[in-house]
Amino acid sequence: MNNKDLLNLKDITVSFEGFLALNKLNLNLKKGELRAVIGPNGAGKTTFLDVITGKVKPTKGEVIFKGKSLVGRKEHKIARLGVGRKFQSPRIFENLSVKENLEISVSTPKSPLNLINKSIKDEQLNEIDRLMKIVNLAQKVDSKAGSLSHGQKQWLEIAMLVGQKPDLMLVDEPVAGLTDEETDLTADLLKSLSGENTVVVIDHDMEFIRRLDSNVSVLNQGTVLCEGTMETIQKDQKVIDVYLGRPED
Amino acid sequence: MSLSKFKFDKRIVLSFWIILIALIIAAPTLLPVFRLNLLGRYLSLSIVALGVDLIWGYTGLLSLGQGIFFALGGYCAAMYLQITSSSEFPNNIPEFFALYGVEKLPFFWEPFKSPIFTFFAIWIIPALVAGLIGFLVFRNRIKGVYFSILTQASLLVFFNFFNGQQKLINGTNGLKTDVTQLFGQMVGSESMQRIFFWITAILVIATWFFAKWVVRGRFGNILIGIRDDEPRVRFTGYNPVIFKTIVFSIAGGLAGISGALYTVQSGIVSPQFMTVPFSIEMVIWVAVGGRGTLLGAILGAVFINYAKSLVSEALPASWMFIQGGLFILVVTALPEGVLGWIQGDGPRNLLQRFGLKRKIETYPSLEVNNQEGNNE
Repeated sequence: MNNKDLLNLKDITVSFEGFLALNKLNLNLKKGELRAVIGPNGAGKTTFLDVITGKVKPTKGEVIFKGKSLVGRKEHKIARLGVGRKFQSPRIFENLSVKENLEISVSTPKSPLNLINKSIKDEQLNEIDRLMKIVNLAQKVDSKAGSLSHGQKQWLEIAMLVGQKPDLMLVDEPVAGLTDEETDLTADLLKSLSGENTVVVIDHDMEFIRRLDSNVSVLNQGTVLCEGTMETIQKDQKVIDVYLGRPED
Repeated sequence: MSLSKFKFDKRIVLSFWIILIALIIAAPTLLPVFRLNLLGRYLSLSIVALGVDLIWGYTGLLSLGQGIFFALGGYCAAMYLQITSSSEFPNNIPEFFALYGVEKLPFFWEPFKSPIFTFFAIWIIPALVAGLIGFLVFRNRIKGVYFSILTQASLLVFFNFFNGQQKLINGTNGLKTDVTQLFGQMVGSESMQRIFFWITAILVIATWFFAKWVVRGRFGNILIGIRDDEPRVRFTGYNPVIFKTIVFSIAGGLAGISGALYTVQSGIVSPQFMTVPFSIEMVIWVAVGGRGTLLGAILGAVFINYAKSLVSEALPASWMFIQGGLFILVVTALPEGVLGWIQGDGPRNLLQRFGLKRKIETYPSLEVNNQEGNNE
C-alpha cells in the first residue's frame, strides 16, 4: 500500500451461504486513475461494487478508502465520504424532473433540516446547469426523468454521479443499451472525468473498454485474474482461457 | 403517470379555493346543526387523511395503524375535558372512576389539568409515539407489506390495552366529552359545536398548507425518491431512516389533532377509534381521492364519509358493499384516485373514447412542445 492509493481492497472474501462471490480479492486504485473491470458473468463484478459501497459486508478482508476502513459503515455514510455509484440499469427518480434529480445529487448538507428550510444555493444551481450541458440535457430541464430515452437516462445518472462530487466513481455498465455513437460519447466523458476523479468502470463491451484506453482488471471466480493494459491482458493465456475464448471455441 | 407532484392549472386551484372558503363560511347558516356537526367531523378526518397521504402517497409507507395516533389525540383532549368538569363528582375526579372504586386520580391524569399541557399533548404525544415506533421499524429496514402488518399489529396491541384499562381510562366505554364543560359552556352545545366547526375548517386549511410546505422542494423530492427507489437515495448520501421517521412522526401528530377534533365533535373517545377497519378506511379515503395529491386526501375523507352517512340513512347495511366497490374501482380502474385521474388527463381520454374530442396529432410530443413554445 502506498500513500497515493485512494482505495485498497485487501483479501476481500464474500460468502453467500458457502458460495464465494469474492475470494481473496486484492485491488489497489491510485488517485486520478481510470480503471476498467471486466469478467465473465458471475465473476463477482457487481458484488465488488456492493462491498465498496456498503451494500454487502465482506465476510473477511478490509476496504481502505482515503485511509479509512469502510467495512461496517452504512451506505449513506460511505457515499458522504466520497464514493459515488452508478447502477447497472439506469436508476434515476422517474417521477421527478431532470432538474430535481440533479438537485438531489448536488445538495449538501444532506440533512432533512437543510432541505426543508433552505432553498438551494446559487453555486449548486450553476453546477446543475453545467452538468446538464455536459450530458446534453439542457433542453429537458423540466421534463420528467421517466420520459427520457434510455441513453438520456444513463447520462442523467452519470450527471447525478458527477454532481455528488465523489472522489471515487463506480460506474456499472454505463453503455448497456446505448447506440454506438452514444457509447463513444460516454467513453470520452468518462475519460475526461478521470484525472480529477478516480473512476472504476465495469463493462462487458470490449470495444468500449478499448476506447477507454486504461488499465484493465479481469475478474474471474471472485478474484483478480490479471491486471494490465488492454494489449497485455489480451495476450494473457489465463484470460484467453476463461473469458476471451480460444479462436476455435 | 401523475403520481408525482401536484401540478394543476392555477385558475382551477384558485376558483376551487374561493368556492371552498365560501362554502365553509356559508355552511353554518345553510346547514342544520346536525349536518354541520357531521361536516365538521368529516373535515377533522381529512387531517388524518393528509397525514396518510404524506406517508403513503409521497413516501410509500402504507400504515394501517394511524388509528393509534388518532385515538391518542382524542384521549388527550377527552382527559382534559373530563378532569376540568369533575368538580361536582366524588373526590373531584371524573365520574366513571367511582364505578370501579378508584378514589385517587391515576398519576398520568395530573398534567391534563393544564389546558396548555393538553394543547401540546394532543399533537406531541402521538408524534413522539409515531416517531419511536417509526424509528425502530425503519432502522431495521422493515419495508413494504411487513411494515403494514407491523403497524396493524401495533394497532391491535394498543386497542386491546386501552380496552382493558377500566380503572385508568374507563376501558371499552371510552371517555365522554359532550356533557363536559369548556370555558363555562357545555361541549355538546350548539354554540360550542359551531365554534369547533370553525376551528376544524381553519385547521384543515392550515394543515393543507403545512403539508404542501413539507412536500414542496427538495425535502418532498427525497420523500418521493424514497418511495420510488430507497437504495438509490441511500447511495446518494441521504439517510432514509431520518426522513421516514420525520414524516411518520408528522403524520402521527396530524392524526392526533384530527382525533382530538373528531372527539369533541362526536362526543366520545373510545377504543373503537383503534379498530382495524377504521384505520383501513383512512387509507381508502386517500386511495379514492388520489394519493400523492393533497387535495385528494381532503376530498376523499369528506366525500366518502358524507356519502357513508347519507347512504346509511337511506339504505342501512348497504354501505359496506359500496365502500368495497369503490375500493375495487380505484384499484382496477383509477389507480391514482379520482383527482389523480383528472390530473392525468383522464376526462379528456374518456371523452375521446366516445369520439367527443379530436384526437391528438400523430406525435403527442410535438403538441406538448408547441404548447411550451407558446408559453415562452
